[in-house]
Amino acid sequence: MRNAFGQPQSVLVLGGTSDIALAVLDRLCGERTRTVVLAGRDETRLAAATERLLAAGATTVECVPMEASDPSSAPATIEAGLAAAGGRVDLVIVAASILTDQLEVENDPAAISHLFDINLTWPAAALAALRPRLLAQGSGQVAIISSVGGVLPRRDNYSYGATKAGLDFIGIGYGDSLRDAGIKVQVFRPGFVRSKMTTGLDEAPMTIDVSEAADAIVAGLASNASVIWVPSKLRLVFGVMRHLPRPLFRFVASRR
Amino acid sequence: MSGHHELLAGWGNTAPSMAEVVRPRTEAEVALALSSGPIIARGLGRSYGDPAQCAGGTVLLNRGLWHLSPIDLASGTITVGAGVSLDEILRVSVAAGYFVAVTPGTRQVTVGGAIAADIHGKNHHLDGSFMNHVVSFRLATPLGEVTVTKESDPGLFWATGGAMGLTGVVLEATLALMPIESSWVSVDTERFENLDGVMDAMATGDADYRYSVAWVDCMTEGPRMGRAVLTRGDHAPRSALEGRSARHPLEPPAAPLLSVPLTPPSGLLNRLSISAFNEAWFRKAPKKADGELHSLSSFFHPLDGVDRWNRMHGPRGFLQYQFVVDDAHGEVVRTAIERLSSNKVPSFLAVLKRFGPGNPGPLSFPLEGWTLALDIPVGPPQLPAVLDQLDEIVSEAGGRLYLAKDSRLSPEMFATMYPRAADLMDVARRVDPEGRLSSDLSRRIGLTD
Ligand SMILES: Cc1cc2nc3c(=O)[nH]c(=O)nc-3n(C[C@H](O)[C@H](O)[C@H](O)COP(=O)(O)OP(=O)(O)OC[C@H]3O[C@@H](n4cnc5c(N)ncnc54)[C@H](O)[C@@H]3O)c2cc1C
Repeated sequence: MRNAFGQPQSVLVLGGTSDIALAVLDRLCGERTRTVVLAGRDETRLAAATERLLAAGATTVECVPMEASDPSSAPATIEAGLAAAGGRVDLVIVAASILTDQLEVENDPAAISHLFDINLTWPAAALAALRPRLLAQGSGQVAIISSVGGVLPRRDNYSYGATKAGLDFIGIGYGDSLRDAGIKVQVFRPGFVRSKMTTGLDEAPMTIDVSEAADAIVAGLASNASVIWVPSKLRLVFGVMRHLPRPLFRFVASRR
Repeated sequence: MSGHHELLAGWGNTAPSMAEVVRPRTEAEVALALSSGPIIARGLGRSYGDPAQCAGGTVLLNRGLWHLSPIDLASGTITVGAGVSLDEILRVSVAAGYFVAVTPGTRQVTVGGAIAADIHGKNHHLDGSFMNHVVSFRLATPLGEVTVTKESDPGLFWATGGAMGLTGVVLEATLALMPIESSWVSVDTERFENLDGVMDAMATGDADYRYSVAWVDCMTEGPRMGRAVLTRGDHAPRSALEGRSARHPLEPPAAPLLSVPLTPPSGLLNRLSISAFNEAWFRKAPKKADGELHSLSSFFHPLDGVDRWNRMHGPRGFLQYQFVVDDAHGEVVRTAIERLSSNKVPSFLAVLKRFGPGNPGPLSFPLEGWTLALDIPVGPPQLPAVLDQLDEIVSEAGGRLYLAKDSRLSPEMFATMYPRAADLMDVARRVDPEGRLSSDLSRRIGLTD
């Protein structure tokens, strides 16, 4: 159960081997989290993550299979994940995501569908499968990892951005739909985070480390905010950018 | 008795959860509700944390179990439904010359809640806790209804006091009342400039008073750290009354005057305003005054004057940290206050009391020594870790936290602090073999799945 500070005792992570999700779990296991269920695909990485979380303080770490490129498998992953957590879970982190090179995918219909399946359709289906279970358990929290890339369309990542914009949109509405039921849903919008997903890419201004991102996310989880920018000053930056005329925005975005 | 769904939280307004709420009025309806789980009883929701909620299960409101028999003047006892509040008992008993033997800092608790938490008052050092004054009770369990006394089933009797509802639903109880000559309390007040002074006075002088409590300021650092106002007294005899009190020797307690209507957005209370409140409280107290007459309400339940004052803390809510340590570890009281003030944690005046010996209840909180209770708003980012460190200090000193106030204890800490928890669960499994009784608290601290 979550305590007065909202600290969860059990966590299910969809996309359980992402750098950011694991750094968040390290911190949660140092607080009250003892049961972690990781849904993921890469068995070697899942095994390493299990070791890491047991060392961080978890007493039970279970892994369940997840194939995000096949949205029809989402309900099965949710069922298996909840069962592995003992039937109910305090916090679900939705972290499955891939980042693609816009120039490589923009002429490739199959690659675009694949991107949308993993980043949007699978998570949306998983959230739908989760919804009645959250209502039935009567309490809980959902953290959806969106991205600042979904806030404004940019030449160099508009397809990825579109998947995140969709997920962000769903997250906010999903949160409203569960608010009166005592379920807390939060959308996190990280900016550029130095991680395995971004190695090799040019860094944007205000790039932060995984550990800084994780600190900000853990602080956000304890807050009552429904949208959390990581780092928080991005909220102001995008507050301004949103109002730039498109030609000027194109210029600023291309010069980063 | 059909139920509806409701989001329930404790007095501290933290960690709400949704449950089906039922309000049985007959024992048959209670039995029906207990035919499936998870389920837990709830009284007036005055526990600070999550013991009277059951996420995804059923919460049984005890207020429908309401009946008051006349006071049995021969034995000085009263038999009441578990949903009757101490306030409602006092409204009839005071005029007849009886007080409840144990009252907490609010009258707005039910007899069911008082038994489940085995509550204590300012007279614990002399009179023990609530269960010490329970003659018998009737308990509905998943296996059926039983009448329980200290003699008939001592295991179940004592385990129910402090079990936070896990042994079943108390339906009715017979309580031994305390005869009083007046509804006035003769009070000695003394102000102390630091913690050592007040602890000394309590350790040496409390035995001479039925009631004793000190309000300690936990936000002042330096030489005046732990400055305190100590109030001690006893029910005034008829002979001590004069003027208005003599004309109204047995006046029932007053109803609340004010109410906090809505939750203010960010909480009215912050470090500055709490510190100012503490200062005002301290200055208001006389340096020393003896034998002043106070009304029952102003002495026992000063906070009941403002209805729903818990809303002042805003949407994130607040918590109470209450621990007990034995006499050999009185220094933990100082350490706790120091930790909070040096970590800049805002806290209302803390309540310091002395406890006499505990009773046999495996989860009953009191233990001979010192108890300190602090009201703290949720919000400061350092708070969770500061309290986790205090847990370590308290448990290393052989002390424990009060479950009726707790909203954040870990299962590991709970197990260290309450080594007899397994005794409670043995009794609980005897009357509830399938484990239907379960609450957010019992799941959080690992007593039930
Ligand atoms: C301002 C304030 C001051 C306080 N001061 C003190 C104090 O000085 N000393 C002290 O000891 N406590 C104190 N308390 C705590 C309070 O006395 C306890 O939390 C008490 O249990 C609250 O009773 P309730 O009827 O509100 O029960 P709830 O808070 O609704 O429930 C408490 C527990 O009782 C169980 N329960 C309720 N009814 C039944 C039943 N019929 N059968 C079985 N279990 C049942 C519930 O399952 C739950 O576990 C204070 C609380 C407040 C708000």
